[in-house]
Amino acid sequence: MHWVDYQRPESLDAALQAFAANAGNAKALAGGTDLLVQMRAGRCASGVLVDIKNIPELNEMSYSPEQGLTLGAAVPCYRIYGDKTVSAAYPALIDAVSIIGGTQIQGRASVGGNLCNAAPSADVVPVLIALGVVCKVTSAGGTREIAAEDFCVAPGKNALAAGELLVSLHFPPPALQSGARYIRFIPRNEMDIAVAGAGVSVTLADGRFSAARVALASVAPTPLFAREAGEALVGRPVHAASIAKAAAAAKAAAKPIDDMRGTAAYRRNLCAVLTRRALEDAVARAGGKL
Amino acid sequence: MSSNKPIEGSVEGSGAEQRKGFSRRTFIEGIGLGAGAVGSVVVTDGAQADHHVPVGPDPVSITLNINGKNHDLKVEPRVTLIDALRNQLDYTGAKKVCDRATCGACTVMLDGLPAYACTTFAIEAQGRKIETIEGISAGDKMHPVQQYFVEHDAQQCGFCTPGFVMAGKAIVDKNPRPSMSEVEDGLCGNICRCGTYVGVRQAVYDAAGKGSA
Repeated sequence: MHWVDYQRPESLDAALQAFAANAGNAKALAGGTDLLVQMRAGRCASGVLVDIKNIPELNEMSYSPEQGLTLGAAVPCYRIYGDKTVSAAYPALIDAVSIIGGTQIQGRASVGGNLCNAAPSADVVPVLIALGVVCKVTSAGGTREIAAEDFCVAPGKNALAAGELLVSLHFPPPALQSGARYIRFIPRNEMDIAVAGAGVSVTLADGRFSAARVALASVAPTPLFAREAGEALVGRPVHAASIAKAAAAAKAAAKPIDDMRGTAAYRRNLCAVLTRRALEDAVARAGGKL
Repeated sequence: MSSNKPIEGSVEGSGAEQRKGFSRRTFIEGIGLGAGAVGSVVVTDGAQADHHVPVGPDPVSITLNINGKNHDLKVEPRVTLIDALRNQLDYTGAKKVCDRATCGACTVMLDGLPAYACTTFAIEAQGRKIETIEGISAGDKMHPVQQYFVEHDAQQCGFCTPGFVMAGKAIVDKNPRPSMSEVEDGLCGNICRCGTYVGVRQAVYDAAGKGSA
């Protein structure tokens, strides 16, 4: 592993100064479950590691039914699924954080890190997109917001400019009669990377879908917002035929490649199956019946 | 036990230049690009757990609390906890196998949670309670997880065993009556090439609720 400097700021301001002072050469260290592996493989050349785990804003996890959830970028998975209130309000988030790696990974890995790592297969990102999460990003120059679907821009590349830090993720409060779900397909039971994954959210009203969002993992250069699949549901009755249309739209939106985990054709089929199953579960969580 | 020798944490980039008194930090300061970092070189060695300012890449003095005992050592920030434990402090129970957060042989507890020591920097582990396989028995009395490993013949070559025992201990510490499925979930971050899973699961399952060593 190459030589690095290490810094552990105790405040957001100090962290931002560290990033500003090391323009482009500093990397945020949260759980390190991706970063250390990449450094060891020579795929991350940053000379300064800024350990962000002691910054209060990045450790925040606060929920209210009115405001929704504010999740600090460094909050590890185990804290999220260990919180009964958050688990009850956002079961789809729990779907994802409880299948990222194994127990040892979940004790360290953060949702913010999974997002910033920008892997096409990131399990948590389809959930963030489906739930309409907004990412709060800060630099010495100010603060801006990025929609979850715009955060990953290429494999391993995120929308952060040099000197910017992801501070927190804001989850809107769950709407009445809404439900969400993430499922993925892997050949093992755990500790694997999705061949494909589907994160969905639905809101029901009077026997119809009033809102829906679908996002897919591992079938495009970035986690993919399949806008058409969600739109295919809006206004339609809560019925298997509506879900079939959305599943077909998700399959059409996927842009997978052949690789060692599966062929493109296989992945396209998975998109339809996983989207259908996830939507069925989301409807059930929303209290609806098919 | 503590040799306190600063050593390089990994082979590549190891320090011929460093032995001649070269460090990247002094080099950067020399050419005037280190404005934000100037001055920090003074505190590098005495900084201990207070790293508001950058430290490294040269060895830094840190203190690790392992099995209730403080150890002072010097590590480069790039040194992982598994390397510091094994190479500098002679805690060789945790094994370095995959070195990429996959196999679980390096599992230790950090503040009561199982963690991969291969994917944790030693410098990050300051101020945290580190527990290794060496610390879970009471003298000759084994921890219940260890005891049931023996009873169920839950190892073959035994190289993955310390990691499995620590992951198993994490399960029974948290839950005195886990289901077999919860045991499987808790062990999913560990791999045994000999395939002793049946015995391992049964050992952890039976050890639950039996207290500590």
